[in-house]
Amino acid sequence: MSYKEKIARRAAAEIAPGQVVNLGIGIPTIIPRFIAPDFPVIVQSENGILGMGLPTARGLEDRNLIDAGGSYVSTLPGASFFDSALSFALIRGGRLDIAFLGALEVSETGDLANWIIPGKYAPGIGGGMELAQKARRVVVTTTHTTRDGRPKILRACTLPLTAKACVHTIITELAVMAVTPSGLVLRELAEKIDVEEVLEKTGAPLTVPTGTPPVF
Amino acid sequence: MIDKTCRWERLDRYFTDGQTVMIGGFGVPGTPFLLIDALLNSGAGGLTLVKNEANEDHMGISKLIEAGRARKLITSHLGLNATVIGMMNRGEIEVAFYPQGILAEKIRAGGAGLIGILTDIGIDTILKTEKQIIEVHGHPAIVEPALRGDVSLIHAAVADTMGNLIYEKSARNFNPLMATAASRVIAEAERVVPAGELDPDHIHTPAAFVDHVVPISRLTEEYGVLAHHVV
Repeated sequence: MSYKEKIARRAAAEIAPGQVVNLGIGIPTIIPRFIAPDFPVIVQSENGILGMGLPTARGLEDRNLIDAGGSYVSTLPGASFFDSALSFALIRGGRLDIAFLGALEVSETGDLANWIIPGKYAPGIGGGMELAQKARRVVVTTTHTTRDGRPKILRACTLPLTAKACVHTIITELAVMAVTPSGLVLRELAEKIDVEEVLEKTGAPLTVPTGTPPVF
Repeated sequence: MIDKTCRWERLDRYFTDGQTVMIGGFGVPGTPFLLIDALLNSGAGGLTLVKNEANEDHMGISKLIEAGRARKLITSHLGLNATVIGMMNRGEIEVAFYPQGILAEKIRAGGAGLIGILTDIGIDTILKTEKQIIEVHGHPAIVEPALRGDVSLIHAAVADTMGNLIYEKSARNFNPLMATAASRVIAEAERVVPAGELDPDHIHTPAAFVDHVVPISRLTEEYGVLAHHVV
């Protein structure tokens, strides 16, 4: 299993039965692989779908049915289609239980930066700001460090924010961390990872509860 | 009986330099590729385009932008179009980005005869720079003016001759919003039926919003499944 699949598998366990969830681009798109077929969840897509299923089997693509990232998808019984204003009414209006989002940086107070690196990467805003600011819970799925090994989890974000104090849980290939009023708290460790490695690769204070942390 | 069906050859007269043109679609679904071709062939330039994204490289409105016909693009995300991102970075087109649902609401407000909307989306970000901020119920709110176009280009799955429209699956997206928000609304339709054949309960865009219905005789390759998105 790749590190992305490990993160996605752990992220899938965040979903409670009956919840409405949105899966951002990147790692979140592979979360459905780790949701049992009979598990009751409603997946929303910004382009106007509730009740999205797995990616369409090859050869069965419908030219009128894609997710927000452009992939051909299926729908489940009970699905519905609607326009973009209604889609974001659902998001901003408080009917979205969890938004799974990627990150460039996350701060110890739950600030999220994931949409722009000034001068280098500026493809636009998309639905990310509304998802980050208005979902009832924001779960960040990300690698613990950047490609060149720098921490993505910091005391304060250096990049322009997507939303302030919005992240509740951070899931990386190394650990699961909660954003609490008293800062970041280690909740779980990935298999074969020790606490020292997580502390070393985290750019913000991380509280480690006493006792052996659960392993995922 | 009112008949709004219109021949493709007649569309030229509706396009002029400097217009603001709203274009439906989110990726391929709902993008009116043939109407975009008609706009391209009209030769109109200096356009302001409003669309969720700029399609992908060399498709849809990307063809208008690459041909230098657009002065400005009002959009949400260009992640799947490196060509337009490059043009933006080189200053060849002005791009205004909005959060996707805020763009939708600006258009909805324009179509609903409202002056604008109030939102807290982006209130703690660089997005609020150069925005008017007012206080409502003790909280700061960004004032986002409503958005309207001179022309909206819409793709419908089914239309009747009066201009009632029905969209299909994820091809609905921005189409019903833009179909309310322009002085002239032109809809292309994959199937056009006589007025009275559609169930009034199933109409997505009522006829009064639509000025012209252009029947599509054959869907071009652009409307098909994109091989590089097949898993």
